[in-house]
Amino acid sequence: MKEKLVMIGNGMAGMRTIEELLKIAPDMYDITVFGDEPYGNYNRILLSPVLAGDKTIDDIMLNTIEWYEENNIKLHAGKKVTEINRIARKVTAEDGTVEEYDRLLIATGSRPFIIPVPGHDKEGVISFRDIKDVDTMLEATKNFKHATVIGGGLLGLEAANGMMQHGMNVTVVHLGDTLMERQMDKVSGKMLKKSLQDKGMDFRMEAQTAEITGNGRVSGIKFADGTSLETDLVVMAVGIRPNIELAQQAGLHCERGIVVNDTMQTYDPVIYSVGECVQHRGETYGLVAPLFEMAKVCANHLAKMGIGLYEGSVTSTKLKVTGIDLFSAGDFTGNEDTEEMVMQDASSGLYKKLVLQNNKLIGAVLYGDTKEGAWYFQLMRTSQDISDLRDKLLFGESHLGDSGHGGDHIGQMSDDTEICGCNGVCKGDIVKAITTEGLFTLDEVRAHTKASASCGSCTGLVEQILEFTLGSDYEAPEAKPLCKCTDHSHEEVREAIRERKLTSINDVRRSLNWKTEDGCPACRMALNYYVQSAWHNEAQDDPQSRFINERAHANIQKDGRYSVIPRMWGGMTTPNELRVIANVAEKYEIKDVHLTGGQRIGLYGVEKEVLPKIWADLNEAGMVSGHAYGKAMRTVKTCVGKQWCRFGTQNSTALGIKLEELTWASWMPHKFKLAVSGCPRNCAEATIKDFGVVCVDSGYELHIGGNGGIKVRATDLLCNVTTEEDVLEYCGAFIQFYREDAHYLERTAPWVERIGFSRIEDTVVKNEEKRKHYYKRFLEAQKIAQVDPWKERAVDGKDKYEFETIKVVQA
Amino acid sequence: MSNWVEVGQLDDIPKQGSRVVETSDYNIAVFRTVNDEVFAIKDECPHKQGPLSQGIVHDKKVTCPLHNWTISLESGEALGPDEGCTNVFVAKVENGVISIDLG
Repeated sequence: MKEKLVMIGNGMAGMRTIEELLKIAPDMYDITVFGDEPYGNYNRILLSPVLAGDKTIDDIMLNTIEWYEENNIKLHAGKKVTEINRIARKVTAEDGTVEEYDRLLIATGSRPFIIPVPGHDKEGVISFRDIKDVDTMLEATKNFKHATVIGGGLLGLEAANGMMQHGMNVTVVHLGDTLMERQMDKVSGKMLKKSLQDKGMDFRMEAQTAEITGNGRVSGIKFADGTSLETDLVVMAVGIRPNIELAQQAGLHCERGIVVNDTMQTYDPVIYSVGECVQHRGETYGLVAPLFEMAKVCANHLAKMGIGLYEGSVTSTKLKVTGIDLFSAGDFTGNEDTEEMVMQDASSGLYKKLVLQNNKLIGAVLYGDTKEGAWYFQLMRTSQDISDLRDKLLFGESHLGDSGHGGDHIGQMSDDTEICGCNGVCKGDIVKAITTEGLFTLDEVRAHTKASASCGSCTGLVEQILEFTLGSDYEAPEAKPLCKCTDHSHEEVREAIRERKLTSINDVRRSLNWKTEDGCPACRMALNYYVQSAWHNEAQDDPQSRFINERAHANIQKDGRYSVIPRMWGGMTTPNELRVIANVAEKYEIKDVHLTGGQRIGLYGVEKEVLPKIWADLNEAGMVSGHAYGKAMRTVKTCVGKQWCRFGTQNSTALGIKLEELTWASWMPHKFKLAVSGCPRNCAEATIKDFGVVCVDSGYELHIGGNGGIKVRATDLLCNVTTEEDVLEYCGAFIQFYREDAHYLERTAPWVERIGFSRIEDTVVKNEEKRKHYYKRFLEAQKIAQVDPWKERAVDGKDKYEFETIKVVQA
Repeated sequence: MSNWVEVGQLDDIPKQGSRVVETSDYNIAVFRTVNDEVFAIKDECPHKQGPLSQGIVHDKKVTCPLHNWTISLESGEALGPDEGCTNVFVAKVENGVISIDLG
């Protein structure tokens, strides 16, 4: 017999919990759901666009009645639960329906607060909470002229805007002197008010409602100061109260909400609670992102996996009113221990305020231009030290020298703007997928549209579109899990590998309770790299957890054939090498011979089984693998330097060869390129490489973190050194630090931006002991790594099966 | 009509790996999962004909090396929101010998 799980409340938080639970333990429970409303589950936060006419009810359904049937969930729609009997473990609904439970999930949400003034129960006084309210408002727009919204918060303004779209005259009555004071400071609140007034909204600020007048139906409002206002409809949007009566009756401990611990458990261990009805560490939440975080944790515990804690949320909000861009997050008021950065341009309608504490961003208010909102929010949630960004912080991520993307304004972008160049996905496709499929996370958008699923460089833009489309619903990931097979982040996994001395992928999976039996491509490749980078002496390589290129030691091309690129040390070659390459090309009928960007020669269109033969021929002439296929050190590009060039200051070619001899065959989190330029004219383009050397008269400038790829990033100058030995030592130490710290598939450019330049400077330049430590570890690892993989396969016969068909069947 | 052909030993294929059987018309990829189950499907991704035999094998699925589509080894169908299907051949292992039914 399966255990019975009963859920009370068919809203977003509860159903998200059920969905998460079905994902990880689909057969554990017989599930029954009670909901007050006669529908499936819908996206309540998109009610504002429905009211404004931008969306229909069908657009915002998340789970239809059919979905419940398909998933074998018994849905009691339209039945209100009136009693929980904790001793008999059963719940009873209004109509007498009784369900027994082994586990109970209370997700009763919240209800709007109705100010108990005289007349509050007249016809035409409503709240803004569910589909019924939206219908009432839409009905009113047909028959009446004047509506009043009491409450100038997020929801009130969205309701007012929606009714205005239908041609009503709308007055917003607000008790305070600043609109949305929970999200805005005085300056931005004033700017918001002005924009809304320009759109035609009326305001009564600092007005206290005393009575709602009218004969049967509302006809006006009287205020405490004696003034009054005529109106045909009153929408109360002054806040929400958690629905806790049912829980209270059942004797569960409640304060403002149902009190839960970090596993979403109430004081009764078989009863869990999520959503707006709960009180967690003294806080109640009314936005969807925290609710989803709770749902994930709760599902994990219902599935008896016992990992994951909910530790509270930092929230952000965006107003969903067309033409008004507003973003707010965290603590934006500050106190005596905080500092502020403010930019204000009243005539262009721009305002930005950032609140900092101990070099960390703790709050932000943006008005007029919110494209940096997602980035600020990320900085807050990850508590990143912003010392390095300080002088550019206020101007945003697009001013960080990251000139590829980021300067675009999502709101103004047309639907046919291409966002993901790899997969040809436009903004409109993404927005449509988010709204029609009910997507909330980056992973979901990736799965449905492929946007940012390939090279990932448009991830930031996709996140911005998510945030723009969903407003406050957007669930920005805190520390991203390594992949869907685990809840652990890259850092947690790497730390466990070091601390618990895990030397194989299986050890890691066992030790960290992986959710899948043998992982997915994403975690397998990452873990295979992580165990080897931490334990280069002991960890075993798992070829089946490497991408095909690193198994075949050649680069797979679009037609399934491969390319061969031999190493040319420092970009130097000889007549004999060229002759051998030419001979190979002719012998194996290789049509395309191409010069690569890293000063190598590439042979294209090679059948896999021919690879070992070509390698044998190249080996004979002393040529080895160029690792042009791997997440590895690729090339050292050089100019001819002082050997030939009349401007050359040092022997850049010889130094490049030494660097390549030091670093070849090293596996990395991602591909890694070096260059040495003989003078500041920089012909080898060293300032867009992962590690670049620019020779100067007095020695060598060392540059790090450059990238010439999708997002161009110029390097940061790490330091100047005077000898070639120093260049080698700093280079090795930098590489080893990168190898042990960066996430798998993170190039040096985003890594430098993520962890901050000063951490790298501290480790590699300022702290000699650390530099020597990393350099020593690099040399140790290289002793084992520097074996030509081509020779092993072509001459020594390793992994023969990789290059041979198992059987040829004649027709 | 069945047409069983012996293609090799189970041990010829690494766990979580694949080998190719060539026929006159097309290649067939033979997979061995982590639990030693064996599957055979046409070596062409329904997306852009990438060689599935070169992909990473996980669970009873393979991820195409060209554009990361994931294909079910049991049904030959693309998983997740992607749509498409490649041919499946019945495979069996007897006394460590793999046979597939070319139909």
